[in-house]
Amino acid sequence: MTDTATTRHIPDRLNSRAARIFKSWEALLLAVAIAIFVVNSFASPYFLNAWNLSDATFNFTEKAMIAFAMALLIISGEIDLSVASIIALASTAMGLAMQHGAGTPELVMIGLTVGLLCGAFNGVFVTILGLPSIVVTIGTMSLFRGISYIILGDGSYSGYPSSFSWFGQGYIYWVFTVEMLLFVIIAAIYAVLLHKTNFGRVVYAIGNNPTGALFSGIRVQRVKFILFLLTGLMSGVAAVCLTSRLGSTRPSIATGMELEVVTMVVLGGVNILGGSGTIPGVVIAAFVMGLVTFGLGLLNVPGIVMSIFIGLLLIGVIALPRLWAMAATRRKA
Amino acid sequence: MTTHFAPASPSAVVSMDLITKTFPGVKALDQVKLDLYPGQVTALVGENGAGKSTTVKILTGIYQTDGGTIRIDGDPVTFGSPNDAAKAGITAIHQETVLFDELSVAENIYIGHAPRNRFGLIDTAQMHRNAAKLLADIGAPFSSHTQLRELGIANKHLVAIARALSVDARVVIMDEPTAALSHKEIEELYELVETLKAQGKAILFISHKFDEIFRIADRYTVFRDGGFVGDGLIADITEGDLVTMMVGRSVDQIFPDRDHDVGEEVLKVVGYTHPTEFADINFELKRGEILGFYGLVGAGRSEFMQAFFGITKPSKGLCRVNGDIKVIRSPAEAVDNGIVYVPEDRGKQGAVIGLPIFQNITLPSLGRTSRNGFLQLAEEFKLAREYAERLDLRAASLDQDIGNLSGGNQQKVVIAKWLATQPQVIILDEPTKGIDIGSKAAVHEFMAELAAQGLSVIMVSSEIPEIIGMSDRVIVMRDGLIASELTGDEVTPEILVRHAAGITTPTESVAQ
Repeated sequence: MTDTATTRHIPDRLNSRAARIFKSWEALLLAVAIAIFVVNSFASPYFLNAWNLSDATFNFTEKAMIAFAMALLIISGEIDLSVASIIALASTAMGLAMQHGAGTPELVMIGLTVGLLCGAFNGVFVTILGLPSIVVTIGTMSLFRGISYIILGDGSYSGYPSSFSWFGQGYIYWVFTVEMLLFVIIAAIYAVLLHKTNFGRVVYAIGNNPTGALFSGIRVQRVKFILFLLTGLMSGVAAVCLTSRLGSTRPSIATGMELEVVTMVVLGGVNILGGSGTIPGVVIAAFVMGLVTFGLGLLNVPGIVMSIFIGLLLIGVIALPRLWAMAATRRKA
Repeated sequence: MTTHFAPASPSAVVSMDLITKTFPGVKALDQVKLDLYPGQVTALVGENGAGKSTTVKILTGIYQTDGGTIRIDGDPVTFGSPNDAAKAGITAIHQETVLFDELSVAENIYIGHAPRNRFGLIDTAQMHRNAAKLLADIGAPFSSHTQLRELGIANKHLVAIARALSVDARVVIMDEPTAALSHKEIEELYELVETLKAQGKAILFISHKFDEIFRIADRYTVFRDGGFVGDGLIADITEGDLVTMMVGRSVDQIFPDRDHDVGEEVLKVVGYTHPTEFADINFELKRGEILGFYGLVGAGRSEFMQAFFGITKPSKGLCRVNGDIKVIRSPAEAVDNGIVYVPEDRGKQGAVIGLPIFQNITLPSLGRTSRNGFLQLAEEFKLAREYAERLDLRAASLDQDIGNLSGGNQQKVVIAKWLATQPQVIILDEPTKGIDIGSKAAVHEFMAELAAQGLSVIMVSSEIPEIIGMSDRVIVMRDGLIASELTGDEVTPEILVRHAAGITTPTESVAQ
């Protein structure tokens, strides 16, 4: 026991930045991504082809756009399972508008607006009425897609204006698609928002302890409402891209995509219970999922087997650090 | 420093010798000894971080020792699991005992060891008969069929004690059992401890309150920083010596001198009313004043403070801050008006566990440490360091998770968080509850210093010495109403207890 009359100095950090990055989840995931890349390039002669790889990015770009917003939502302790249904409703609304003669700018505006409104709808129930988001969004998952089925029945919309196809089918330069550019821009925006702004800090605080955040003078419900709006908006963006790429709208569009988005977020190291996770992690997870589905596709593995692989990958990567820790304690004991 | 050894007694039920427990980087216990005797209360005394909780966890089989011997009736034993400890007749009543709100009292008592019928199913009738007998033995005023949810905190404690007795325990560990109890409930707990003693049970009693140690303990054992300091009979030691053994230095038990004038009105609260918790709260607060709020648990003090801070919605009420009428509807608005609240429940409401220390401190001040909404880490560390050092925070680094700090240091971070916002009024709800005597004195000194600098302090406390020692003025609450407002010589233990309990006849003596 030293008795100090003068104030003692507390260091800012003990671990260096390099040590933290090296030991992070993201580093592990990056290693997995590289391993998958290497395995794939040996497994199929068609893998290392710029155009094939470019096509492969469509496996994840749309999902990833939603996953970035979803990552913030999950970090804050909430979830939105209605994102795929928002795509269906937004796409249906665009199709309806297209039939009434809307041009490309109007279609985009309608897609984004429907996304925002759906996000606001979810947000009101969760933040103002205080209902659990998992229940609310399971409800709206049926509701939003249900409206699409009522409007479209067995039918579909096609015949979007040719300029509209730019979003999902256009190229910026050589093999680089418009969607890739959007993916990079959106990733950068969310990375800055989560890691470099006050808003991002508050999201972490809410996810770690919503009561403590409220008692610290944070407008918890307002922040959560904004996160639902953002998730709805990103679903709208994905709806524009997907509709543009397919060139048609069916009510079954993007069915099951919500689970792939959540898988991507969790694989990216976001704690499903909230409080931790990073955007770089989600970016790497997007590549991992894209590479696995593409690689398996080249080997003519059927879709149902692919989903088994994705499921195993998720469980495997999440269990790995746990198994590691258990092995370490056993060695000590 | 002299080390005291009690005469070795062969009759100890439990005897821990040279017990060592190491965690990565920390030696939590270093060759400590502890003996528990039948029919006697042994107080385990030490500051936060002395190793008391670790000892309890070893005795209850949650942790395994790295060295040393535990003997039961002289035979060495090892506890591989909580089950082993339970079989050896050791049971614990924790600070926050884990009970189940949705179950009945009897189910809570017998969960995990309910009597079975011949089909192997729970024999409900037998369970309720046994529970009723246990409850009668400890004088519990409720039935075994009552839903736990309907009981108050004191009665929940009785359920926990009944559960401890239901396993036919020989050793009962009570870890700060009185922390959440009112004066009257504490008296009832003391009677219960006497009953347990008479039944020949060995009791390990952990408490920060010296009056209660000297009231009910027969023996003491002192730990400091994970090491054994001494033990002996309570009858052979003075309070001062015990404190010196505990902290390793003599602590100024006297409250800081507060010789200053209070300034003009900063805050006036008018007619705050809540449908169920409190009604018609009126008071004013002056610059540099410490206003104490005393009352029994459940008198509505914390409930009012939380409504005033904007957490819960009062049905009516106005306040005037610096002469302007304000309506405070959320904590964010309270903070904007320079009113901040340090809650009683540190782990849940005060600290954001999972975030590092510096982020906890800057959370309400991000507007000042950032530029156009973008974080400026260097500014954050600067602000956090300034207040962490002012409060003499003990931490490995500012980037450490607040959850790894001791209770007293967590409290310092929460206070630092609010001081960094440069508030006008700070509300401290039980600011020294559950923190060690050294940190307590530091908090008191700091409170006095803040008031001297012109900050107005509202201090909710259930500890009479703290109320008397620190407050310029005291408001006593009872049943959601202001019972009285006291200043100067009026503030005595007798008057406080009388007003808080609603005792009006001067002839009735107050138990102390």
